[in-house]
Amino acid sequence: MRFYESEAKKLLAKHGIAPVPGKLAINAADAERIASELGGAVVLKAQVISPAAFKAGAVRTAANASEAKQAADALLRLDDGGRRPQGILVEQRIAGACSIAFTYDGTRKRPVMAASTSAGSIERIADEHPDRVVRRHFSALLPFSDYLAKELVNALGWKGAESTALTPVVSRLAQLFLKYDLTQLEVTLGKLDDGKLAAVDCRADMEVEGRRRQKAVLEELGIRVDDSRAVREPTPFEVEAAKIDVEDPRGVAGPVVEFDGNIGLVIGAGGGSLTLTDAVRRHGGRPANYAALGGNPSVKKAARLTKLILSKPGVEKIAVMSNVVSNTRADLVARGVIKAVTELGFKPAEKIAIFRVPGAWEADAFKILEKYGVEYCDRTVSISEAAKRAVDKIGKIGR
Amino acid sequence: MAMFIRVDIEDDVVRKTPGLAKKLVEVCPVNIFKLGSAEGTAETVEENVDECTLCDLCMQASPEGVRVVKLYES
Ligand code: SF4
Repeated sequence: MRFYESEAKKLLAKHGIAPVPGKLAINAADAERIASELGGAVVLKAQVISPAAFKAGAVRTAANASEAKQAADALLRLDDGGRRPQGILVEQRIAGACSIAFTYDGTRKRPVMAASTSAGSIERIADEHPDRVVRRHFSALLPFSDYLAKELVNALGWKGAESTALTPVVSRLAQLFLKYDLTQLEVTLGKLDDGKLAAVDCRADMEVEGRRRQKAVLEELGIRVDDSRAVREPTPFEVEAAKIDVEDPRGVAGPVVEFDGNIGLVIGAGGGSLTLTDAVRRHGGRPANYAALGGNPSVKKAARLTKLILSKPGVEKIAVMSNVVSNTRADLVARGVIKAVTELGFKPAEKIAIFRVPGAWEADAFKILEKYGVEYCDRTVSISEAAKRAVDKIGKIGR
Repeated sequence: MAMFIRVDIEDDVVRKTPGLAKKLVEVCPVNIFKLGSAEGTAETVEENVDECTLCDLCMQASPEGVRVVKLYES
């Protein structure tokens, strides 16, 4: 869950890390007034979260208040995944002196912090100049030690008073990264006229599963429970899929995300959805959707989801695949998808490219699939091979 | 119309066994049985029949009164 920068900076301020001087404007006139109060050159940042809005140019600079008004006027028209920007952050223009980022290292299974004396995205700096980035891993279980912060700062080459000023900031950032269940925290720091460090840019993402635990701070920031912070507004297809899930408590059908491909995916099981979607893409297929069907859904639920996916324009066939299932019954999924296909007037053997749901009650599932002539396989066929078979039947990109 | 499962109820057996119709309604986890219009009888709820989990609880309650058939085996 992404925070708007103004919210992320409030979180930093709460922990003693001041942002550069600035305020949130709600309209262009407001931006002009704030720019005039700040004096000199300002930076205007549209409060958006969608990557497309950032790409379209969510940050502008202005030399004076009237330029700021013009820039704000344009920024407020940005499309943030179907929403309008949540205001414009107008700030004094201060150069970044260093960047610090926190995230989880999936390979080492530990949090990691990285820093650079270049300003900007650590990922980009690491790609372009790997020698300019220093890293330290730390523990998500033990209290964060200032010593680790000191090590990182020293590795960065900051010494003396600079090191003394930066070390506690790194320490506080690490602590708030852990405290608020953040998955990513990236801060560019700059030096104010009095030499103090202040946050120039800040980006923070919270683990979605952490929302309940972090209710108090989310309330404090004014973030509503129903504010999903999705990178775009859900499509009617996705809204309908969410309804299917809510209206039947048995099992899980979702999240469902719409893409523009021709292979409908009825997929799931313990991380299987992501792996399967990637596998289809890797073999040159174009998924029409992402789905996560699991937790032993009813036949009706599996059927409703299948019907929805098949009714999406451009979907030629569906691939029903999962990781090995223990608590989802393969036979009930088979019943659901075949029922849906048949009720829509199609032949299961033609519409279902492959069925790979290995696990509970698969012997019964196989009998059902055989009766309807559907190609199926068990766990001896890998996820990748099953995805390849589906793509081979439906067609690769550009074919 | 159910495509995968058929549930046969022997009306005579159910009617003659006190409390059996109610028992069938209670044991089925997916609401395949409802009380019939005639006293002491049970009927199937057609739209739920394909949800049958093959748990056998109905047949354990009355081995002679109920039969669950997998249509995909015939
Ligand atoms: S086998 Fe179980 S699920 Fe099926 S009808 Fe009997 S009680 Fe209901």
